[in-house]
Amino acid sequence: MLGRTLREVSAALKQGQITPTELCQKCLSLIKKTKFLNAYITVSEEVALKQAEESEKRYKKGHSLGDLDGIPIAVKDNFSTSGIETTCASNMLKGYVPPYNATVVQKLLDQGAVLMGKTNLDEFAMGSGSTDGVFGPVKNPWSYSKQYREKTKHKAHGENEDSNWLITGGSSGGSAAAVATFTCFAALGSDTGGSTRNPAAHCGVVGFKPSYGLVSRHGLIPLVNSMDVPGILTRCVDDAAIVLGMLAGHDPKDSTTVQDPVKPFTLPSLTDVSKLCIGIPKEYLTPELSSEVQSLWSKAANLFESEGAKVIEVSLPHTSYSIVCYHVLCTSEVASNMARFDGLEYGHRCDIDVSTEAMYAATRREGFNDVVRGRILSGNFFLLKENYENYFIKAQKVRRLIANDFVNVFNSGVDVLLTPTTLREAVPYQEFIKEDNRTRSAQDDIFTQAVNMAGLPAVSVPVALSNQGLPVGLQFIGRAFHDQQLLTVAKWFEKQVQFPVTQLQELMDDCSSVFEIEKLASVNFC
Amino acid sequence: MAAPMLRGCCLARRGALACIDGGSRHGRGAAIGCRSSGKRGRSSVAQQPLITAQKSGKGEHAWAAVVGLEIHAQISSNSKLFSGSQVQFAAPPNSLVSFFDASLPGTLPVLNRRCVEAAVMTGLALKCHINKKSLFDRKHYFYADLPAGYQITQQRLPIAVNGSLEYSVCVGKKRSQVITRTARIKQIQLEQDSGKSLHDELRSQTLIDLNRAEGQLRVDANISVHHPGEPLGVRTEVKNLNSARFLARAIDSEIERQINELENGREILNETRSFDCKLGCTIPMRDKEGKQDYRFMPEPNLPPLLLYDTASLPPGADPQQVINIDRIREQLPELPSETREQLVQQYGMLPEHSFTILNEVGLLEFFQNVIKETRAEPKKVTSWILNNFLGFLKQQNLAVNESPVTPSALAELLNLLDRKAISSSAAKQVFEELWRSKGKTPSQIVSEKQLELMQDGEALNQVCLAVMEEHPQVVLAMKRGNPRAINKLIGLVRKATLSRADPTVIKEILEKKLSS
Repeated sequence: MLGRTLREVSAALKQGQITPTELCQKCLSLIKKTKFLNAYITVSEEVALKQAEESEKRYKKGHSLGDLDGIPIAVKDNFSTSGIETTCASNMLKGYVPPYNATVVQKLLDQGAVLMGKTNLDEFAMGSGSTDGVFGPVKNPWSYSKQYREKTKHKAHGENEDSNWLITGGSSGGSAAAVATFTCFAALGSDTGGSTRNPAAHCGVVGFKPSYGLVSRHGLIPLVNSMDVPGILTRCVDDAAIVLGMLAGHDPKDSTTVQDPVKPFTLPSLTDVSKLCIGIPKEYLTPELSSEVQSLWSKAANLFESEGAKVIEVSLPHTSYSIVCYHVLCTSEVASNMARFDGLEYGHRCDIDVSTEAMYAATRREGFNDVVRGRILSGNFFLLKENYENYFIKAQKVRRLIANDFVNVFNSGVDVLLTPTTLREAVPYQEFIKEDNRTRSAQDDIFTQAVNMAGLPAVSVPVALSNQGLPVGLQFIGRAFHDQQLLTVAKWFEKQVQFPVTQLQELMDDCSSVFEIEKLASVNFC
Repeated sequence: MAAPMLRGCCLARRGALACIDGGSRHGRGAAIGCRSSGKRGRSSVAQQPLITAQKSGKGEHAWAAVVGLEIHAQISSNSKLFSGSQVQFAAPPNSLVSFFDASLPGTLPVLNRRCVEAAVMTGLALKCHINKKSLFDRKHYFYADLPAGYQITQQRLPIAVNGSLEYSVCVGKKRSQVITRTARIKQIQLEQDSGKSLHDELRSQTLIDLNRAEGQLRVDANISVHHPGEPLGVRTEVKNLNSARFLARAIDSEIERQINELENGREILNETRSFDCKLGCTIPMRDKEGKQDYRFMPEPNLPPLLLYDTASLPPGADPQQVINIDRIREQLPELPSETREQLVQQYGMLPEHSFTILNEVGLLEFFQNVIKETRAEPKKVTSWILNNFLGFLKQQNLAVNESPVTPSALAELLNLLDRKAISSSAAKQVFEELWRSKGKTPSQIVSEKQLELMQDGEALNQVCLAVMEEHPQVVLAMKRGNPRAINKLIGLVRKATLSRADPTVIKEILEKKLSS
């Protein structure tokens, strides 16, 4: 049952094939078995069981709240959850229990969703590996999959297998791992420069970043307010659309959300792509792109072409300036957003009390890791009066040029862009940490962050396994607020590629029942 | 966190920044604070040009001073600038704090429409250009009562710019000559108020109240002096002046200090100072507040603030979603300068009296209500209100609306006086009685105390005769030409009639008798 998609399990609940409590217990038991992956920071077992019980009562009375009623979900630990610790994987917020729910969390709960827990991330979502949080790195479940193990057996032999695990990507690695290991049917991530799409690609799940302004940020502890968007991680595109339908729309508590009402929708199943125009940005063909990913990207383009779509090469000329520009804007907002963590009102406070200033300094030194402190320092440098024009203002201008690149391409008749999500498949942790967080972020966000600067919707869809048996994702980018069109194209593509399900039997042989529906799941990609 | 504040910047003579800070905290609750600050706010601006005319002690070079004010004033609104929490005077500490006010992670600002309207209205009243698009910025500094580590304000593109305020100054020995001055308004911006720090020196603790600062006016004054015709001098900023009286004193003393420093060959440092009201002079501030780099940055959580006029209003726009400048202009009340002009024109009031009438909350309405119900001359009414009525209020520290004397009662009293039913000294007695015994009408008091004037001419004649007989030496002095003697007689007659006789009638009778 757990391997099913959200829509399938929702149908099963409605038909009484399983009760919300049974479903919740199965997920909880799987969470325990996969604890070593470190996907969850907090497992809200009690809350989840209570919510499941209430859901069960509703089903019994025939008053189900809809598709999400009784569905186990997980939420990245940078969304405020009332009464449940929200840490951002930082010492600074250890023990901080928000008194309110983020709007997106509240909307899910209002639909009857069952909150399994809060998922792991890089501290304050700053990173691309989910390796830099105070609770330790998240391990990619594919490290333990049959597919990967078989391919790497000869290499891994003799080495300590346990040290060879792979990163999930990040910063929403916990959410991606939670969805990939079937411990929930959908998870919230956040996406500022690719933080939802990147781990989705590495963990073989769908990672959707909605248009900026479509989904409320109220309650999402910010990284970069002007780029942050709540992201959705699911096992198929249809599920992402269901969740988006529940979350989208104006929020009086977030002035940057759209005013127009958004109605829930069902994605149509495309049968004909001949009217579609797919753009392939030539600047995304970088030397760092692995040949395998490049080849899958070409195959995908060919697939569209062979089915009658118009596939054209397009240019986004300012792409190469994007990552530097992103760095300036990101760190500047980070410097500002992190100013509130001063130890006075909530979160960590040091023992030093000689003066308020000394207390601030020590609290922040103890509370933030090097990555966060480094970004605060850079950001404050860029915002200094003497530097503001040269850095911040310039970066804003470049941001405009980058956004205009997309506008021009879409105005030329392109419906969606097709790009890689990441340069290559997930790498082993030991490999990943050879470079520092900043270098890694710059490399890993390369195909994703420009979308955030332009506020566009984008989705990473798992396409195939690499030679190593690891998932590779491709990214579709849509016009602003054409999220539905984007997902429709992604859904068609997903159906064509028939991405395989993770085979984790070896890892968890005692819960083989969980995975006996493996076939079902792959059938259900349509 | 966000008591709505308007911040205005105005330049007196050459450079005042008048910032009106839109503090939201208490609406009208602040009767006393508002009244005094409102009044003095105006006068303090008016004083600056006078100060600038100061001369050096040696009299060789004249000194000119340039004063710029940054004025923080709280907006009278029910909720805060960026949150739904209430604004209320004297609420218990931290009782009106939303999650946003407490800067909990993940909370976002939501602009309060009422505050925007108040800012537009203020801009219109101060003849500003209203920017149809304005922006919000973050101003960063670490301080315990600033929980977000930044304050949301309008640094780059404020809601209103380039206005002016005309005001009048009373000069001359009797302050009876009124001259008009103009202060230029550089900009008006909406700004979130910080919290309030309460320092407990004993325990060396600081307590924070995030209800936000109590809503009085707060002014920072930028001051420099120079010789006319030469470049402007180095300026200092005197911060946190919270009453108009202190503002005036601080400016005076700072100008004096700067002139003194320069004349003794010293330099003026570009620094932040505070005003020590006990010492009566400004002193350098210890902290580095003035030297900070505020690292301004656009506020990403608030889209640009767009305003419309009737011409630019998008068709079919929801009136709840848009703000129409023209509609606000229609709601603009008569401005004080217009009202004063009207008083001078209609009632022949002296300009300085028109100021007094308007500067006291509720006094204009009181005046107008008395005028409506009395036949007495407007000048008489003005004189009674300014001399007697206001005097009593001040003495007992009452607001106009707390007065035990109603406009109707005063009108009735003035009517009695006008038809000579009582003497003016009796009228004063009645007035005092009105103050003490609430509920009684002037006529009741007059009859109880038998204060009506003697209308019987013959009886008065008899009293006069009797008094003259009793005081032959005074009569003699009068006949010898002592002009003051008749006043003595009048006084004696009045005393004999228990002040119920009209002195002019007494005088007539006495003169008649003496000349016969």
